[in-house]
Order: sequence, then structure tokens, then C-alpha cells
Amino acid sequence: MRDTFIRTTGALLDDDPRTAVVIADISAAQFAAVARAHPDRFINVGIREQLMVSVAGGLALTGLRPYVHSYAPFLVDRAYEQIKLDLDHQGVGAVLVSIGASYDASEEGRTHQSPGDVALIDSLDGAWTVHVPGHPDEVPRLLREAATHDDPVYVRLSSQTNTTGYPDATGLRVLRRGRAATVVAVGPMLDPVLAATEGLDVTVAYTHTPRPFDTAGLRAAAGETAATGDAVVLVEPYLAGTSARVVADALADRPHRLLSLGVTRTDLRRYGTPADHQRWHGLDPVALRQKLTEFAGPRL
Amino acid sequence: MTVTTTRPARPPQLMAALRRVTGDEKHAPAAISTLDVLWVLYDRVLRVDPDRADDPDRDRFLLSKGHGPAAFYAVLATTGFIPLDWLDDLAGPDSRLGHHPDRMLVPGVEISSGSLGHGLPIAVGTALGLRAQGLTRPHVYVLVGDAELDEGSNHEAIAYAGATGLDNLTVVVVDNQSATHGWPGGIGVRFAANGWAASTVDGRDHEELAAALPVRWPGRPSVVVARVEPYGQE
Repeated sequence: MRDTFIRTTGALLDDDPRTAVVIADISAAQFAAVARAHPDRFINVGIREQLMVSVAGGLALTGLRPYVHSYAPFLVDRAYEQIKLDLDHQGVGAVLVSIGASYDASEEGRTHQSPGDVALIDSLDGAWTVHVPGHPDEVPRLLREAATHDDPVYVRLSSQTNTTGYPDATGLRVLRRGRAATVVAVGPMLDPVLAATEGLDVTVAYTHTPRPFDTAGLRAAAGETAATGDAVVLVEPYLAGTSARVVADALADRPHRLLSLGVTRTDLRRYGTPADHQRWHGLDPVALRQKLTEFAGPRL
Repeated sequence: MTVTTTRPARPPQLMAALRRVTGDEKHAPAAISTLDVLWVLYDRVLRVDPDRADDPDRDRFLLSKGHGPAAFYAVLATTGFIPLDWLDDLAGPDSRLGHHPDRMLVPGVEISSGSLGHGLPIAVGTALGLRAQGLTRPHVYVLVGDAELDEGSNHEAIAYAGATGLDNLTVVVVDNQSATHGWPGGIGVRFAANGWAASTVDGRDHEELAAALPVRWPGRPSVVVARVEPYGQE
């Protein structure tokens, strides 16, 4: 996904004089040719993530459309106040593009992991769009669409990818239909969810865009399974429960049950592979199937 | 030859405006550390016009030290950016003027500030953005306090702007010696270490300010340290 991002962003700088890129050394080597081609609109501030986001705010104040890129914990966690004040509070937007996600850097440890990034973005102004692509094919369109307006956008890239991309899955895209529950998979959680629900009588819906969440699509999908009240399972590749508030609001007028799965709040203090972390957080197909069966059991 | 050093008169309309903000205290208004810097900037330096407040070719003034904005509001009212009667209701429920300025509420305010250490880093982005769009006339000024320089984010900006020779940027440090641990060697030295052109002036002397603020150094950002009475001893 990072390669796709770098290719697409380089082409955007070629095509659209309003766009700019700001980085803080991360991905500098991959961007070298882009930097040479656009010395005024490609800005590497060095290892200074606060400055990186503030510079984006300043660029936006002059009418440019900045794309800001780093590892998720440095872009969102570390520079949170700059995102809150130098973008949101100034009334300007930017396109924040992170890599690393929750545990892509499993071998690097906690410092390089940001399971809380979407929750942090969620604490900001409601104007944010959040994209969590599950496949490289979904990335170019999201990045190009973000150049056509000035609103704030967060794009969370990951090395964890699904077998199939669904570029059009901005809203909930129903991939399987069943009666016992509606399982919503966000981004790279789709393949584990598809494996976990094999042969179960559940609806599986996918999206790469959890904000704004497709609440109408959820109501429609859940309504079809609601023989005895809606049963919804959220499976997100960041902190468990991040979208629980949105689903609760969307279904406030209907009896429903909700199971929110995602990355736990535990600092595991373990290395290993992303697959190990997925398992330790209970997001592998076996654990997902067990939790789902317990939750929807009587109806399956 | 007789050299007479006079404190240039602050215009009566400015002081009247300031009293409307502060509630007519006798001594506090004149002691505001930023008062003379702000007035000289708006009266004699900045290319800004209340009738064309969004002109892309305008100079940008970013008040980073957003606390105690009474002098800023008084200057904006005196120079026609906001109506004088806004000054009478500071931070009221329907007021547009709070204890920290909000650019979305107040015409002529380039950035919303309050949390320290944000104005200078944003100013770097503004200077880069103007340069990238070929806007070579506008100059970016940012006012910070000496204590505000404690915030590490400023030093990210100082290092980067110096290294890249961002010469459409001028920082004015209003120095009332309020930094808890001080700036050994002087504030100008801190900037000069990163290649900035530094000067130090009397922050109450309008002629010195008017002479120093517009000075440009090709290939180098500038800092003007404007010294005023130490905090607490005004």
C-alpha cells in the first residue's frame, strides 16, 4: 500500500498544483524522485512530527492541499495537539496518510504501533473522513478524491491486506447474506472475517471507510437479519469499540445487540509477527468464529 | 547636535480602545508587553488592509502568544478590522473576542492561538505555502513570547527554517524575561545558531521597532528580539 501511496501522490503533485506533501523523514528514500521533481511542494522537515503537521496547517491556510505522511504513532499519537489545533481549530484540512497501523511493526514493539489512532481522530471535529483500505487497489481512488476538497481526511495504510480489493466499498458492501447476525469487517479485517464466518448463517458487510460510517447501509443490512432484534458484530483493525458509539446511535430506535471486536488495550510487550499479534488480540479466524458463535449462537 | 530620545506617543484612539477591552484600568493597559510591537507592525510595517483581509498577496501576521490579547484586539479595532463596540464584551456569551483569539470568529486574525508553541511552526508552513505558489511579496511575521520559547515545538521550527533559509519569515520575540529558566546567552543567539539573522531592539521604542522589523536578509529568516520591562516589574 505504501508503494501505491507514493506512486499516486507523486502523480497528484504532477497533475494538481494545489497539492503538497509533507513528511518527517519516514519514506524519504521512496519519495526521492518526487522530491526532486517538486522541490517547492514536497517538504521533508526532518524528524520533527509536530512541525510536520503544523506546516501542513500553514500550507492549507495559503490554499494548498497538503498530504502528510509518517508512521501512525508519530503522525497521530505524537502530533495529536497539532492535528487538533493547527488543522481543526484553524478551520483547515489536510490528508493524513499513515503506515504501520496497529501492529504491522510487530517486531518493533509498542513504540511503533498505534491501535488508538482512529479513536484519537474520532475525538476531533466530525468533519473527518477515515479510510482504512484493505487492499492496495482501494488506495488510489481514495487519495485522488481527497484532492478534490479541503476537508480533513485520515488514510490508514497497512501491510495487512485482503485477497480482493473493493474500491467502491465506501459504504457497506454486503458480500454474504445470512440471518443470524450482521458482521461488519473494516479494512484488513475482511479476510479473517470471511474465514471465520465460512458456513455460518450471517451477513458479512465490508467497508474501507468507517468515517463517515454508512449508517443507512447498516440499518438496511441489519434489518434483514432482525427476526428477534438486530445482532451486529463489528470487527475493526484498531481499538475494539471505536465504532460502537456510531452503531449504537444508528440503531438507537431499534432493539439491538452489539459485539465490538478489535485490538485490545493491552500493551502485549511481545514481538513476533503481525499474525501473532492478530491471534493474541483474538482477531484470528478461530478466535473470531468462537466469539461470533457465542454471541449469535442460538440463531446460527 | 541634540539627540532627544522620546517614547513615541501611542495614539489616543488606540489607548481608548485598549481601555474598552480592559475595563479602564489606569496602569495595566500601558504595561501590556506586546502593545508597542503590535501597534508599530500594524501602523507602519504590515501590508494588510481591512477591506481586503483575504487578499492572497497580503502580509501575514500570526499572534502565537495568544494569551492576553487585549492589545491585539485594540489594534485590530483601531485599524478598522473589527468594530470598536466588539471591545466592550470580552469573552461574553455572544462575544467574538475571547481570552484567546479565534480566526474563525475575528476578521484579520490569521491564526487561532492560545496553546503555546503553535504559531511559529504554522508560520513556517505559511511561508512555504506562499513561496510554493510564487507569492514573493507577502512576508510572514509571527509574534512569540520569550517564555513561549520553552515549548519544544518552536525549536523544531527554528532549526528547520534556518536550515532551509526561509527568508520570507520574521519572528518577533517579545522578551519580558518571563521564561522560568531563562535563555543563557540571549534569545538572538538561540536563533543565530540555526542561521537566523538576529537583532535586538527596545520593544517600547517605535523608531527602533519600525527600523528593525522590515529588514530582510536574503536566504535567512529573521528574528527581532523586542525587550520590554521584566514581567512583574512593569
